[in-house]
This record gives sequence, structure tokens and C-alpha cells, in this order.
Amino acid sequence: MSLLPRTKLFIFLLLLAGCNAPSKPTTAVNYDLNFASTSGGTLINAMTGEPSGLISMIASESASSAISSNIFNTLLKYDKNLELEGDLVESWQISADQKTVRFKLKPNLKWADNHSLTSADVLFTWQAVIDEKTASPYASDFQLVKKAEAPDALSFVVTYDQAYAPALDSWAGLQILPKHMLENQDLHTTAFARKPIGSNFYQLDKWAHGEHLKLSKNPNSALGQAKIDHLITRIIPDNSAQFLELMADNIDLMGLDPIKFSRIIPARPELQKKLALYKELGNSYTYMGFNLKHKPFDDVRVRHAINYAIDKQEIIDGVYLGLGINIASPYKPGTRWSNPDLTPYPYNPDKARALLKEAGFTDSNGDGILERDGKAFSFEIITNQNKEREKSAVLIQRRLKEVGIDVRIRAIEWASFISRFIKTGDFDVVILGWGLGLDPDQYNIWHSSQQAPGQFNFIGYNNPKVDQLLEQGRLELDADKRQEIYHAFAKTLLEDSPIIYLSAGYGLTAIHKRVKGIDNPAPPAGIGHNAEEWYIPQPLRRNEISHH
Amino acid sequence: MNLGTLKKSLSNPLAFAGFNIIIIIFLLSMLAPLIAPYDPNFINVKAILLPPSAAHWMGTDGLGRDVLSRMLHGGRISLLVGLVAVGISTAIGIILGSLAGFYRGWVDTVIMRLVDIMLSIPSFFLILAVIAFLTPSIINIMIVIGLTSWMGVTRLVRAEFLSLSEREFVTASRTLGAKNSRLIFTHLLPNSLTPIIVSAVLGVAGAVLLESGLSFLGLGVQAPQASWGNILTDGKEYIQFAWWLSLFPGLAILMTVLGYNLLGEGLRDALDPRSQHK
Amino acid sequence: MIPMLIGISLISFFIMHLAPGDITNNESAFNPKASEESRQKLREMYNLDKPVIVQYGLWLKRMATLDFGKSFASHQKPVFWQTTDKDGNVSKGMIQQALPITLMINLLGLTITLVLAIPLGIIAARKYQGWQDRSITLFNFIGFSIPGFWLSLLLMYWLGVVNNWFPISGLHSLNYDSLDTWDKIKDSFSHLFLPVVIPSITGLAGITLFVKNGMLEVLQQDYITTARAKGLNEHKVVYRHALRNALLPLITIIGLSIPGLIGGSVIAETIFAIPGMGKLFYDAVLMRDFPVVMGILTIGSALTLIGNLLADVAYAWADPRVRRGVAR
Repeated sequence: MSLLPRTKLFIFLLLLAGCNAPSKPTTAVNYDLNFASTSGGTLINAMTGEPSGLISMIASESASSAISSNIFNTLLKYDKNLELEGDLVESWQISADQKTVRFKLKPNLKWADNHSLTSADVLFTWQAVIDEKTASPYASDFQLVKKAEAPDALSFVVTYDQAYAPALDSWAGLQILPKHMLENQDLHTTAFARKPIGSNFYQLDKWAHGEHLKLSKNPNSALGQAKIDHLITRIIPDNSAQFLELMADNIDLMGLDPIKFSRIIPARPELQKKLALYKELGNSYTYMGFNLKHKPFDDVRVRHAINYAIDKQEIIDGVYLGLGINIASPYKPGTRWSNPDLTPYPYNPDKARALLKEAGFTDSNGDGILERDGKAFSFEIITNQNKEREKSAVLIQRRLKEVGIDVRIRAIEWASFISRFIKTGDFDVVILGWGLGLDPDQYNIWHSSQQAPGQFNFIGYNNPKVDQLLEQGRLELDADKRQEIYHAFAKTLLEDSPIIYLSAGYGLTAIHKRVKGIDNPAPPAGIGHNAEEWYIPQPLRRNEISHH
Repeated sequence: MNLGTLKKSLSNPLAFAGFNIIIIIFLLSMLAPLIAPYDPNFINVKAILLPPSAAHWMGTDGLGRDVLSRMLHGGRISLLVGLVAVGISTAIGIILGSLAGFYRGWVDTVIMRLVDIMLSIPSFFLILAVIAFLTPSIINIMIVIGLTSWMGVTRLVRAEFLSLSEREFVTASRTLGAKNSRLIFTHLLPNSLTPIIVSAVLGVAGAVLLESGLSFLGLGVQAPQASWGNILTDGKEYIQFAWWLSLFPGLAILMTVLGYNLLGEGLRDALDPRSQHK
Repeated sequence: MIPMLIGISLISFFIMHLAPGDITNNESAFNPKASEESRQKLREMYNLDKPVIVQYGLWLKRMATLDFGKSFASHQKPVFWQTTDKDGNVSKGMIQQALPITLMINLLGLTITLVLAIPLGIIAARKYQGWQDRSITLFNFIGFSIPGFWLSLLLMYWLGVVNNWFPISGLHSLNYDSLDTWDKIKDSFSHLFLPVVIPSITGLAGITLFVKNGMLEVLQQDYITTARAKGLNEHKVVYRHALRNALLPLITIIGLSIPGLIGGSVIAETIFAIPGMGKLFYDAVLMRDFPVVMGILTIGSALTLIGNLLADVAYAWADPRVRRGVAR
């Protein structure tokens, strides 16, 4: 028998290895039952990349801040309705001339190693982030601070040259680091990045290189105690493998794509039994941006025509399976910055054709593609390798063909995409995403001064009216007045149509039903806003973890 | 290679099966525009992820496109990548191998050192790096696979040349004053052709497989252009649910690679003098 | 060997700089809060603003002292071997951490491949062109032809989700540290099972064929015919005389497979969440983490060259003809 040796070995290996599957609750557990809130348990999630370190002001990847935000605090944070509230600070005051902000820290704050956390730590963190040697990518907001002082242990005072409205938002993003650990250390090489001491709900317990990071409760937490004892984040690079782990009950939480969310899990009773699905307003939107320095995209009629020719609802239905919304301003719908009077361009191919004709495009040779001055209207859409964006591009390609525009699509790996196309301005049309920022300031993206290579107005948008509004908005600290300014800004932007808003997809998450205390439906800030109150009742915990 | 060799190798049932698989897949791909039931890029948002049925033999994908039509068109791309990549590597291999085997001396030393260098770098790493840096496109993929897989052919051609040039008919024509080019093109190359063909046939199999691996890493043929590799990669996310998205491209790659391998081995066997003893 | 290494490093270095793009084009490149000035600072810090040839010069200069540098992307971890800072904190080298994992997996895989391929090859050779030979060939080629990641995901689903026999991904269970030694071994084995077995199925075809062809060759040699004629039984002829000589060339094959052993498989390591050399390299390529890319290519190639040298020596030692030649 030719296959015999192989079979034998296979069985041998099965015997050797197969008997060690981790034990799980064997009896059927009803995860839908409700239990009182208790402390304890372990939450396991997964991410695709490993953080390089946990000092978020120099680590640029999202994996790093995902972990470090559990370990470090900021001065301010956003509450469930996306209003600013104190994190480390008890209160803050803005001076009459709007140039000075006084923060007052909560009393008796401690680092996880029992050292007191004082305004000296805050001052140290500010000095670190603006230090040239740190080369923090986030330095620019903090370089505007003319003077920072720590007059007493609980006070931290910053003064700006002129009023700077996004200031508070910037302090909600800067994680405060312990001076006593990092003084005279090089942030780029310090061992602290892998053995951090923080002040938030959790501290790093174990970092198994390339495998997982384990966080455990910080007894000195600045804001009280979290319910769940341990957070384990496994590193699983492949999404399909992550989903298999979720199905096999080896991880509790995973971000989903629309197909898994609305087709796969609902169709499988055994998954429905243990997984709860959550939908929250996404943090970003997808857009199609024109290179305004290239013809014919400098012509507003052409931009309008393309806007009318694209069926955005079709993109939401086809790409997001309905799990997305149309937007008409670059802000989270439902928040005060989003202008409720604006509506997206409707799908109207006839109007598109008329506008294109007006702009001088006709199909003179009868090939179905429009021409102007003997040149066919044909361009390339480039995007990075992102399934949703690629699919959107395919749908757009078809709709534009219907009005006589020939579109090619190219998906490009991220680093080349940025350096070869975006920085050099060597593109016609891009499909990309921007974050739906919580502060309305979008000076970096739309102001005409921000067009140098590497800056963010790479589409070359230049409108003096918008420039003025953006400058004004930065100086205005009164929320109602700011709202007016940014509503006017969004209106002009929509009229100009330098980009086409395609959609804002929902954030989709599956969480094991053993995890309780999650707000559903999600508040504007998303489900994660009260993660410290999530709990896992004793009877629903995994056996393998709880005994240890 | 003459028809006799082919005939002889086809008497081996496995090689015969391989040959037929290749012919069938080749024909299906070439006839794709005629036999594909739908436009491979036709989107139907209302028919997303339909399982196989009479209307869609292989079901539909995440944008409601007909998988069968995409498979047929994707086959053209996958086979094209395989054939062109092997064409490039074989061409380089023949040129460098002939130079090394014919001129020997320092030419040989330089070329063989280059072969050694290329062989000591893990080739998949080289391919990955170059494709990532040049941005993936069909052309780049074909060129890069070609540029990183010529070493085998070079060694083969060189060895053939070295052994052939000792043979009488070569030394005879050399003493008769034949020009170098004549020697190479009329004597040496034609007589080295068979092993080259075998290695090319096996090379196509490797390239098709390689493209699917690159697709897995997002560096293969780019959407919306269909290739078996990227259809399979799209489908892997839903392997337990929309099984048709991964099963059909997976089988297509398997059958194609299998076909080329079986044929290649059959040819090698038939050419091998020792099979005459048996 | 030194000129070869320089050749290798030259090729790698210039491939790496084929396209624009550097470490500052990572995720933060698209964060409007990240400023271009700070990226320029970073570029100066890593000498990326210098011409390529100067960068190569600097790299060579450091190589002369075997300094592989520090990663750009990964908190300046040393690329090759651990370093200790002034406070006694040890920072492990990236290759130092990844290489043993990859080597272990691939050596296990190679062992399984050999254990399976040698008997299969012998059977195929003895029943040449019989049904046994054909089914072995077919089976092996099917294994070779399946796209590895597809087979992996199918088996992960079947053995990990449906049946829960094996862990799906990763190297250890989360409670690994609290297990006793025997359980630790079992835990490691069960995690390694799929990542080791799947690539060895794929690699079976080549080695089986090699053994088979080697056996066929040897079985026709005069001394085997003589042995047969002397009336030695077939079993003895095959296993005592033929096999030994047929297996000799395997040493060379193993030598040639060293780049794969060191390089590991990007795809398998990605799917099974194994922090090995393949994954390290791939991430470094995407991040444009030049020191890591250079380090892996250089160390990988150097080890390959050493491996090939050892294979030659081993061959010479194992082959009685060569050995006698050397002795004389």
C-alpha cells in the first residue's frame, strides 16, 4: 500500500497533538440570560498588526494607540455624546482673551507604580511632544503653545499666541506620560515603550512578541476600577483566520465587513446564539477626489456632472449592503458640526449629460465616449488596496460609462500610493477616506496654503471664501458661532464639489454575548465609550482562562 | 522536440490526462468572450452572493457578478501571466546559459556567480519586494516572475552546451571552421531544446501558483481585473459561507497546475533514456 | 564568499530603492494632524535624505563591524541581535526572535517531508509505471498544485472550527505559561501541527520524484545488476546497496532548500499568525523598513552560502567515492 506510511504518521501526529484542544464550556450555555454586573473575567480580541511600541506620540500605527489608550490618560476626552469632558482634569477655564487655557487636575492621581501624577508630568509630556528630537508627527498642534506652565501640582496653564479653537481637541489626543520614568530618556529607544507605566484602567502585564499583549487592571487607576480583569489582544494578521477564531470562540470581539455582518452571521444559528452584532456611526467617510489642477476637473460643471452621474445609494446598497449613509458635509451626521440643511447630489444622469455638453463634451465619433477638442474623456481612478473602495470604484466606472466617460481603475499598495501618486500630484482622481473629525477644524485638508508635497490638500483645492472661513473657525472658541462658520464652510464645499462624498460606512462589530453592559444601540461616540463598564458574568466565562 | 516524444509521453496515462486538462482549460479561456454567459464585470447589486443555480452555474460574487464568466476571463489572465513569465525566464536562461556554456572562461564564471547569488536569496522575498516597490500590475508581475526564475534554465542550457560541445558532430563542424553563431543556432540549441521545454512546462505551473500566492498578499493582479488568484482571495473571506467563491477558482488553479506538472513529468520520463530499458 | 555577499547586498539595496517611498509613508502619512516637517526630521534622522549611493556606503561601513542597525518602524529594535541599554534593559533582535521559530517549523516540515517522501519514492521506483507509481505521482502533484492558503483555510475550518481538534492560529495557548512541561509540549505540538503538515504535503512531490529518479538510476547500475546476479535477495539489494547511493544527492537538495528554511513562508506565517521570518520580511517591505529588509536578505543569503558549503562537505564525507578521492 503506497499510502500506508503517510496514514500512519498522520494518525500518530493526531494522537500526539489532537488531544489538547482547550476546554470550553461543554454544556449548552444560554448567553442571552442577564446577569448582575460583576468584576473579573478576560476579554480577548484580535488585531492584524503588532504595535511597534506603546508611546503613541511617536508610534504612528493605529495598533499602538488601540492598546496605549487603555494604559494612558489624556487631559480631556469625549463623552458618549461627543462632548468634551475631563479625563485627568477636573475642570478647565479659558481666559477672556481666549488665548490661555487653565487645566485643573483631579486630586490624588497616581501612576500605576504609586508615584503621584502631577502637572509636572503634563508639562513634561508637552515638552516631549514638541521636542525636535522626538519628531512626533503630532507636534504641530502643540507647537502653537507659546508658553506652558505648572504653577502648582494640580494646575497646568497653556498660552497661545492667538486664540486656537482646536486646542481643546488636541489635548484630548495627547496621552500623558510619567516624567519620573522618562526624564533623560530617548523616547525612540527607551525600554518604556515596551514596559509602560500608565494611569488608566489597565496596565501591561505581558507582551508575548508576535503573539499577544495582555493587560490587567491597574489598581491605581485614575478613574476607578474597570469591571473586566484582563484584556488580551491577540495578533492575527489574516482576517479570515480571525473570523475562524471568532467562530471557534477563541476571541470575543472582531470588526466585521458588511457581508459577514448582514449575511453570514444572521444565516448561521450557532453563531447567532453566541454573537451579538453592533452597528455604530463610522469614524470616516469615503470620497472621490479630483485633481483640480488637471483638466477638465478644474471645471465645476464637470465635477457637478460626475457627481450627478454617480448613484451613491447604489454604492451604499452594493458595497455596504445598506450599512452606510449618505453625507453632504465632512462631519459626523447628527453632530452639531454637520449642516442639516445640506443634501447630497441626487443620481441624475440626464442632468450629468446636459452639464457635460455645456462644458463642451460631445460624442463626435459615436464610440459612446465623449470628446472635447478631439480628446476622449477618459481618466484613471486610483485607490489603495481596500475592498470597499475598490468595489465603489467598479460601480462608479459603470455609471460614468453610461454618461460617456471612460474610467480605468488601479489599486496600489499604500506606501507607493502615497509617495508616487499623492505626494507628486501625479493622479487624476482618487478614491480615499478622511476621518470624520470630532473637532470641526479642517484647515490642513482644505486651506489653499496646504498644497505642498506631503501636505493634505493634495487635490489642490483653492477657494478664498473657504480659506477665510477656515481661518475664522480656528480663532472662534464660541461653539455656536463656530457652528455657523463650519455650516457655511460645508455648504460652499458641497457647491464647489472638489470631492464627491460617496458614503460613510457604519462601524460593524461582533462581540461575544458573554460580554454584557454594552450600549445598544450605540451612542454617537460608539460602543467603546464605556468599555470599563463591560462585564463578563462568572457562569459565562471561558474555563481555560478563569482558573488562572 | 519531435512529435514522437510527445506521442510517447502521452502513452503515460497521467501525462495524457495532464495534456487534456491543459487543452481544455486553454480552450475555455481562449473562448471566454464567446462562451461566458455574462459580461465578467457586469454588476448586479440585487444579485449579491447567490449560490450556484441554473442562471449562474458558479453563483455570483459580492457585487453580483457572475463567477463563471469571471473564471473564464480570469483564466486568460492567469494563463497569460504563466506563459509570459516563463517566456521571459526561458529567454534569459537560454541567452545566459548559451553564453556561459559556449564561451566558458570568465564569461562562464561571471554568469554562474550571478546564478549563485540569485539562488541564495529566497526568491519569493525578491519577488515580493520588487512587486511591492514597483506597484503590482499584470505586466510587472510577469516581468518580475520572469526575472527571478531564469537560473534553472541557465544551468540547464549551460550543462547541455558543455556536454554537447564534446560530441563529435560539434567538434567536427568546429574544426571545419563553422562560425560561432552557426554552431550555436544549428547544432547546440536545437539539441538542448527538449530539457528546456520540460522546464518551461513546469515553470508555467509554478507561475500560476505564484500569482495566486501574490494575490493572497494583495500583490497579485489587481481588481477589478479578474484572475483566478484574486477571485480565490476574494472568496477566502467567506470560505465557510459562500463556498462557491473559493471552490471554483481553487479547483481551477489546482487542475491547471496539476495538468502542467503531469505533462511536464510525462515529457521528462519519455525523454529519459532509462525508460527505454524498462 | 565575501564578494558574493557584496553582490547580494548590492542587488538587495538597489531593489529596495527602486521606487520612491520610505518609512514616513506609513499610516500617519495620512493623518492630517501629522506634519510634513516632522516627517522630514525623521528622514534626516535615518539618513533617508541622502543619495542612495551614500546610504549604501553608510550601510557597508556599519556592516564591516557586523552592525545590522536598528529598525525604523519597530521602535528602533535591533535588526539582528539583542542589545542592552544603560539601564540594563535588553532589547531582543528582530531576526533573533523570528529565525528560531521559522527554522523550527521548516526543519520539522522537512523532516516530515523526508520521512514520507523516501518510502514513497522507493515504492514508486520499484513499481515504476505501475499503478502504485501512478497513484503516488498523482497524489503528490495534487498536493503540490493546491494553493497553500486555500488548503490551509479549509483545514483550519474543518479541524479547528467544526471539530475543534486543533488550535486555529498562533504558537501557544494563552495559558501556556501556567501549563506543566508535558502540557507545554502538547500545546506546542498542537499549534504547530497545521503549519508544519500543510507545507510538507506541498513539498512532497519534489522530493519523492527526486528519490524515485535516483532509485531508478541506481537500480540500473552495474553493481546492482551484479548484486542481483550474485543472488542477493531483492530486499537487500534495494535497501542495502541501492538506497544509500540514491539518497546521497538528497544532501544537495537539502542544501538548496536552505533559503526556504530561513526565509519561511510569508503566506503560511500570515495565515497561522506565526511571527517568523517571512512575516517579518513582508511587514518590513510594506513599511519600507529598509534596515530590516537588508538585514534579512543579507543574513539569509549568508546562511544559505554557509549551508551550501556544509552540504558540499557533507556530500563529500558521505560519498565513499569522493571520500577516497579526498584521502588520496
